[in-house]
Amino acid sequence: MPTVGDELEVDPLLPGAGVPLTATITSVPSEDVARYALMLGDDALITAQRLGELVAKGPELEEDIALTNIALDQLGAARMFLQYAGRGLDKTEDELAYFRDEAEFRSCALVEQPNGDFGQTIAKVLLTSLYQQLLYRGLLDSSDEFLAAVAAKSIKEVDYHVEHASMWTVRLGDGTEESHRRMQAGLEMMWPYVDELFNDSPCADLIDSGVAVSPASLREEFDARLAEILQTATLRVPEIPPARGQGRFGLHSPHLGYILAEMQVLARQHPGATW
Amino acid sequence: MTEPAETAEAIVRSVRSVCDPEIPVLTIADLGILRSVEVEAAAEADETAEGKETGEGKETGGTAGLRAHVVITPTYSGCPAMETIRVDVQRAARAAGATEVDVELVFSPAWTTDWMSDEGKAKLDAYGIAPPTGKAAAGPIGLSMAVKCPLCHSLNTTELSRFGSTACKALYRCSDCLEPFDYFKVH
Repeated sequence: MPTVGDELEVDPLLPGAGVPLTATITSVPSEDVARYALMLGDDALITAQRLGELVAKGPELEEDIALTNIALDQLGAARMFLQYAGRGLDKTEDELAYFRDEAEFRSCALVEQPNGDFGQTIAKVLLTSLYQQLLYRGLLDSSDEFLAAVAAKSIKEVDYHVEHASMWTVRLGDGTEESHRRMQAGLEMMWPYVDELFNDSPCADLIDSGVAVSPASLREEFDARLAEILQTATLRVPEIPPARGQGRFGLHSPHLGYILAEMQVLARQHPGATW
Repeated sequence: MTEPAETAEAIVRSVRSVCDPEIPVLTIADLGILRSVEVEAAAEADETAEGKETGEGKETGGTAGLRAHVVITPTYSGCPAMETIRVDVQRAARAAGATEVDVELVFSPAWTTDWMSDEGKAKLDAYGIAPPTGKAAAGPIGLSMAVKCPLCHSLNTTELSRFGSTACKALYRCSDCLEPFDYFKVH
């Protein structure tokens, strides 16, 4: 019987090129790995939902499209992580997204912060995507084949988010007096929530087994990359003490409840609805 | 009665010819998001239980159907066209004679514009969308070569917006003929 597809050769230079084509699609993670995937997925999901608030409300048409395209990429990553987590926790991606309460979410405090003005939004996208870029790069070497595959898929998208946010950070920081002031203020608004990203304790066991990337090990490069961007943008690295972030353990600010209310209302009012 | 092998060929052709819903001039094979199509004799259903004993029955076009297994991969991880493509693939395979179709979505290895066929790039250009200009594997994103205006073929073009009408495109404008156009990003 005929088969096609052999003509599609995979360039060995691409990230994830060595990963087998279909081996990963039905694998079932252990409960620990599923909880880790949930943490990664929740960051992406809440990022997507927050940025999605800007649909038709962006500061200009191009940026409206850009921010919501970034949200779409984040939603795609969230779905892959949540589907995988769901196979280990015996839940569907929709059950995980729509029928968990705040305390069951593992997202960090940074991604739930309000969009604020454009400086604040760009600061948040910059910090989030820079962190995800380093994290996904590390995950390419994860002993978990599925997580490595998702990272290989998402990193190309996140690279683009970093570029976009860096470009705006420089344009605003090195722009007018007002744009500089607002970009700096946006960074300072987000800064207390950066520390939480680099805490190893929520996934310590999985770091030892080679599944998870040690977030603490990414801090040095994160700081160096950020300092370089901020220097070009004539901005200062904020010196503000970290907030007590416990999102990874289910303790969230009131922001998350409002985000979930909007995200989940339809699915909860009309369980099983399809469209 | 058509030979199963012939029907199988038709199923493969039919699946290959499914078009991208957002860019209807490109087939999913042109785009490189169709990873494989396999057609095999379907596992015997209840009605074929008798035929199974005689063995020869299904070989000569008996009651057993053909099962198509299709593997597709998304361009961008959140691409909303995938669900439509999945349904279109199902329909195309059945229309060509498949009795069972399963469409599997894989993420790995990650899709790249390097998989787009030359024919597909030519079709894009003719449709008014500038095709990707470089190799994703050759370097970091954003270092693509000059983008050629699909209307007047000038290389004197500028990026208006890094994000365009779909996740896979950016918005450009030609500085010579002044027309804005979509550019399929190197990815």
